[in-house]
Amino acid sequence: MLHIKDLTAEVDGKPILKGINLTVNAGEIHAVMGPNGSGKSTLASILAGRDGYEITGGSVMYQGKDLLDMPAEDRARDGVFLAFQYPVEIPGVSNIYLLKAAVNARRRHRGMQELDAMDFLSLVKEKVRFMEMDEKMLYRAVNEGFSGGEKKRNEILQMIMLEPTLALLDETDSGLDIDALKVVSKGVNSLRSPERAMILVTHYQRLLDYITPDYVHVLSAGRIIKSGGPELALELERQGYAWLTGDQKDAPSKGVAQ
Amino acid sequence: MSQSQSTIDEIISKDYEHGFETLLEMDVIPRGLSEDVVRLISAKKNEPQWLLEWRLAAYRHWLTMTPPEWANVHYPAIDYQDMIYYAAPKSQKDGPKSLDEVDPELLKTYEKLGIPLHERAILAGVAVDAVFDSVSVATTFKDKLSEVGIVFCSFSEAVHTHPELIKQYLGSVVPVGDNFYAALNSAVFSDGSFCYIPPGVRCPMELSTYFRINAKNTGQFERTLIVADAGAYVSYLEGCTAPMRDENQLHAAVVELVAMEKAQIKYSTVQNWYPGDKEGKGGIYNFVTKRGDCRGDYAKISWTQVETGSAITWKYPSVVLKGDHSVGEFYSVALTNHRQQADTGTKMIHIGRNTKSTVVSKGISAGFGQQSYRGLVRVAKSAVGARNYTQCDSLLLGDKCQAHTFPYIEVKQPSATVEHEASTSRISEDQLFFCRQRGLSPEDAVSMIVNGFCKEVFKELPMEFAVEAQKLLGVSLEGSVG
Repeated sequence: MLHIKDLTAEVDGKPILKGINLTVNAGEIHAVMGPNGSGKSTLASILAGRDGYEITGGSVMYQGKDLLDMPAEDRARDGVFLAFQYPVEIPGVSNIYLLKAAVNARRRHRGMQELDAMDFLSLVKEKVRFMEMDEKMLYRAVNEGFSGGEKKRNEILQMIMLEPTLALLDETDSGLDIDALKVVSKGVNSLRSPERAMILVTHYQRLLDYITPDYVHVLSAGRIIKSGGPELALELERQGYAWLTGDQKDAPSKGVAQ
Repeated sequence: MSQSQSTIDEIISKDYEHGFETLLEMDVIPRGLSEDVVRLISAKKNEPQWLLEWRLAAYRHWLTMTPPEWANVHYPAIDYQDMIYYAAPKSQKDGPKSLDEVDPELLKTYEKLGIPLHERAILAGVAVDAVFDSVSVATTFKDKLSEVGIVFCSFSEAVHTHPELIKQYLGSVVPVGDNFYAALNSAVFSDGSFCYIPPGVRCPMELSTYFRINAKNTGQFERTLIVADAGAYVSYLEGCTAPMRDENQLHAAVVELVAMEKAQIKYSTVQNWYPGDKEGKGGIYNFVTKRGDCRGDYAKISWTQVETGSAITWKYPSVVLKGDHSVGEFYSVALTNHRQQADTGTKMIHIGRNTKSTVVSKGISAGFGQQSYRGLVRVAKSAVGARNYTQCDSLLLGDKCQAHTFPYIEVKQPSATVEHEASTSRISEDQLFFCRQRGLSPEDAVSMIVNGFCKEVFKELPMEFAVEAQKLLGVSLEGSVG
């Protein structure tokens, strides 16, 4: 579904990604872990199409299309979803309005009929209940005055409404208490399916207690330095990133995992 | 950055939709302004002597005045001798008796504007008085309104049918010498709307005026006078468009509102005059004086405006709060794009005891737009317990536009409470990217964010106007994040 090949990128002339290779197939969940500043969030942002990054080399193919060539909104309509690390506030725009606009933009793109108000409302209410949220938040302005946990739940609500093909979760676990983490994980797990793939970007192993990945990759200084199964995350938890990155600083060319 | 900037630029560059011209045979008087022209206009309208005298007094006063220069807008001096002060569709000379008598071309124009008089009036329950250039062409629903004693007709008609009301109220809110443009309007005004709601009557439908400047080189000087007698209620809508022309056209209207004891007037405007092209060529100069007078206790006057058109806007809908416990409100969204300039705001003059005013102003500036909020809150010594709340927010799209705020606060009564809040923000890259990541086009994203910014004002608009205003903002904006 997703093939990232030798991807290099910089911000303001500073190289951030230095040759990423990653293949994600339908049905798989990949966790991308790494210390702060390793390029995890940059990778998620580039895949989602955020401006401000210069792609200096490599390619990203998504469902046979050149992903980097598509505007952000087309990627979204084609099923790429990014759950943001820091969801923005949009004053005056209600959550339900945004959700409806987003859902219908995706449906139109797929040649489906837009949901009418009644169908949409019953669907969204069901999902709100599933995410253990208050229905009132549908009528509040997008993320305005939301707590950190509410914002993250709201991201997952948007995700389960949009049913993406490729979900990118950027540090979704950061700032969550254990109850919120459980609900968020429930939302993510509900989307697991053979047609869908996910990339979880996270600093900690904690999230992976609730969402078991098929593969774990360690990103450091813009490269994937090790890949493995779920046990790799546990190993990292025990030994810390220095276990892997200590080497790496001395010999940056060593150990590209894929 | 560059990508979103260019999409914003594209969005901002969308064309004006109402820029067509209607070909009608016109009755036009020669260019220029003099006492003779004032007399000619008065004669064409077959006016009584007192009104002619009133016009002449205004004209003579105007000659002694100079255009205001304090506003933060810039334009070449207007040659008042190079303008036409009266233009009317010829077939209207004797005045239409009913819609059937209205020139079909004219009705087509209204249809193009999206207001087919027949359907719109019936479906929406709106009584429309449509002012085309200088004369009022058709007033719908007059009969239904007159059953409850409401007078709603063109100004020229009211002069003949209700001279006592006109005589009593005309110029009583905005005196002939109030300001340069009001004086000019008083001298040469050609038509407009008049509305009187008798005591205790709640107007059963929204009343509406649609203004359109069609003829070339013509100034439009309409005059609106609305009087709500004790305990009456009326909601009034005003909409405006004009054809696209390379030369500037002047629109200098005067609107006077009078609310007696416990009366309420809600006046809503969606102004979409032609703003000129991208380089600032052409467009309407909208120099308008709008003022409401809360004459009785517990009276309430509310202005809601959405200003998206005009090359230059100079406009301060105001409320004079004379009656005790009277209430004044001003809700405004003003948008300046390309080379548009706007100096707009309000004046709340507190005179009565426990008077209350609310000002919510939302300014959006894009392209090379120049926008100033200018607001005066004056609390007289007599206004014990007066309260004002002002909120003034500016949203900038792009990095070449400007927003300015000039609040004036004068308080002579120590028990008064005056609050002023102001903010300036821009649509962030993050907001735009977030929306696009959810599948919205950049145009829809900008439009949604801007509409969110304006929500507090839009919710004050009557339903059908709110929808129109939202669409209009979407169209007028096409293209601006920085």
